[in-house]
Amino acid sequence: MNPILTISHLNKTFESGFQALKDINLSIERGEIFALLGQNGAGKTTLISIICGIVNATSGTVSVAGKDIAHHYRDARSLIGLVPQELYTDSFESVWNTVSFSRGLFGKPPNPALIEKILKELSLWDKRDNKIITLSGGMKRRLMIAKALSHEPQLLFLDEPTAGVDVSLRKDMWQLVKALQTAGTTIILTTHYIEEAEEMADRIGIIRNGELILVDEKLALMKKLGKKELTLQLAGPLDAIPAELNIPELSLSANRLELKYTFESSGEGMGAADVLHKLSTHGIVFKDLQTRQSTLEDIFVDLVNAGGKETSAALAPTATTGEDHHAA
Amino acid sequence: MLLNLYGIRAIYEFEMARTRRTLMQSIVAPVISTALYFIVFGSAIGSRISQMEGITYGAFIVPGLIMLSLLTQSISNASFGIYFPKFTGTIYEILSAPLSPLEITLSYVGAAASKSIILGLIILATSAFFVPLRIDHPAWMLLYLLLTSVTFSMMGFIIGIWADGFEKLQAIPLLIVTPLTFLGGSFYSISVLPPFWQKVALLNPVVYLISGFRWSFYSIEDVSLWLSLGMTVSFLMVSVLAVIWIFKTGYRLKK
Ligand SMILES: Nc1ncnc2c1ncn2[C@@H]1O[C@H](COP(=O)(O)OP(=O)(O)OP(=O)(O)O)[C@@H](O)[C@H]1O
Ligand SMILES: [Mg+2]
Repeated sequence: MNPILTISHLNKTFESGFQALKDINLSIERGEIFALLGQNGAGKTTLISIICGIVNATSGTVSVAGKDIAHHYRDARSLIGLVPQELYTDSFESVWNTVSFSRGLFGKPPNPALIEKILKELSLWDKRDNKIITLSGGMKRRLMIAKALSHEPQLLFLDEPTAGVDVSLRKDMWQLVKALQTAGTTIILTTHYIEEAEEMADRIGIIRNGELILVDEKLALMKKLGKKELTLQLAGPLDAIPAELNIPELSLSANRLELKYTFESSGEGMGAADVLHKLSTHGIVFKDLQTRQSTLEDIFVDLVNAGGKETSAALAPTATTGEDHHAA
Repeated sequence: MLLNLYGIRAIYEFEMARTRRTLMQSIVAPVISTALYFIVFGSAIGSRISQMEGITYGAFIVPGLIMLSLLTQSISNASFGIYFPKFTGTIYEILSAPLSPLEITLSYVGAAASKSIILGLIILATSAFFVPLRIDHPAWMLLYLLLTSVTFSMMGFIIGIWADGFEKLQAIPLLIVTPLTFLGGSFYSISVLPPFWQKVALLNPVVYLISGFRWSFYSIEDVSLWLSLGMTVSFLMVSVLAVIWIFKTGYRLKK
């Protein structure tokens, strides 16, 4: 099947001369959940706004289900639902009216049963006759989602949908997003909570200073994430790694006082315990050890800060021992 | 989907609902101020002015007063209608909806013009309480009501898109439209002016609107009916072209 969203060579330079997006190319398959990650000001909202028709592109093309957003904007936009990052609401409208309004705006005939269902799913049914101004921030966020769902979009953009939403409702929202996916909706979301992307996304894209620097399956990233590193501070300098242990994953530092072992936490290859055991049989003594494990967050921070060495996963310490240790 | 009728209806109804919420401001206030004009100009001062072009002064000013309200209210309703979503940010939804520029304009301008027409008819009915009214050409009267409301709602729509602050929103009606209406013969026939000022008055677009509208009441005219009608339609065309240009360029709506 053809992709639901195709972006090619998209650029955006604002009137101020600031280039917010640089040659973005991306293709989104039907039914996937795609998480767009990036620091503040990276260009996530700008990208979404262009696709939705709120900001004009400087160059490049975008098509939704094969419909170009410039030439066939009516077809393209009627497939899209948008939950913007900011809480833009009419203060004096009622919840029910504003959701019905959104459905009409997108050219759909009234469907009170559907709106009732959406409001119930988003725990807003009790508030249906309330004026929007009387809602809390988290309720307004859910109202924005209800508005976007009211016209049954095939492609849903959630720009930081869980900002300001409490923990239990956030979990509910994750479930809702999964349910929408099951029902066939394609979802593109941005978030600063990396664990949210980890929980929900099928694929992850990282955008840095307007450039899409990485697009990968979440599982592939999780493999990098699964990397662990064991560092041993040796009691004395070691001349050479014993032949039996001469594997690429094990390396000796230049001052010959530190051994590093990198391994997959999935358990393939030699385990950490194996290595420690073999070192002790060779009489290698260490006085301290540390293990570090990379998280998606580390990969992310490293990528956006360090200039995009795509394979390097930063490692954060997860365990450190203070006492001297000797291999058993 | 050839025309997004549900979308047009959604915006139109939203705008009309806003009017109902602000009934005091949008209907009651203009009616009260018009009644005051009648009491002051029509009865108090008007009793000292014998007649204007063979019409009692109170009756003479009715078309001009309706025009005054029509122009200021069309502009303020339409400009506010589109400026406010820009101000609150809710415009994002309008821009992301499958609506053509024509449909967006139709909905906002249609709603603002509807309000103005309703208001104009209410003022007309109010004036009947104060002065003896006569409408020689009702169909023309309604046509002028319609053309003027649509044209100035369109101008208001443009102002609302252009304005980037509440101050600018109020500046045009206050600084331009009200003076032009007062000077455009709302309260007098421009034939009473000295010849030089009559020529200057012809540069004022509102003169043509008021002249044609007053003709529909009393069959008297400052300028010929066809000139008046031609000018009125020209204003409408200019506004339409400006709106088309705005949407073509995304002017001040899209970054
Ligand atoms: N109208 C504008 N004019 C000029 N620059 C703009 C405009 N809108 C956004 N920018 C700039 O474009 C860049 C990208 O902004 P954008 O809102 O897309 O970031 P973001 O990735 O969504 O960030 P956040 O995580 O903070 O929401 C920023 O540097 C921002 O300052
Ligand atoms: Mg953003």
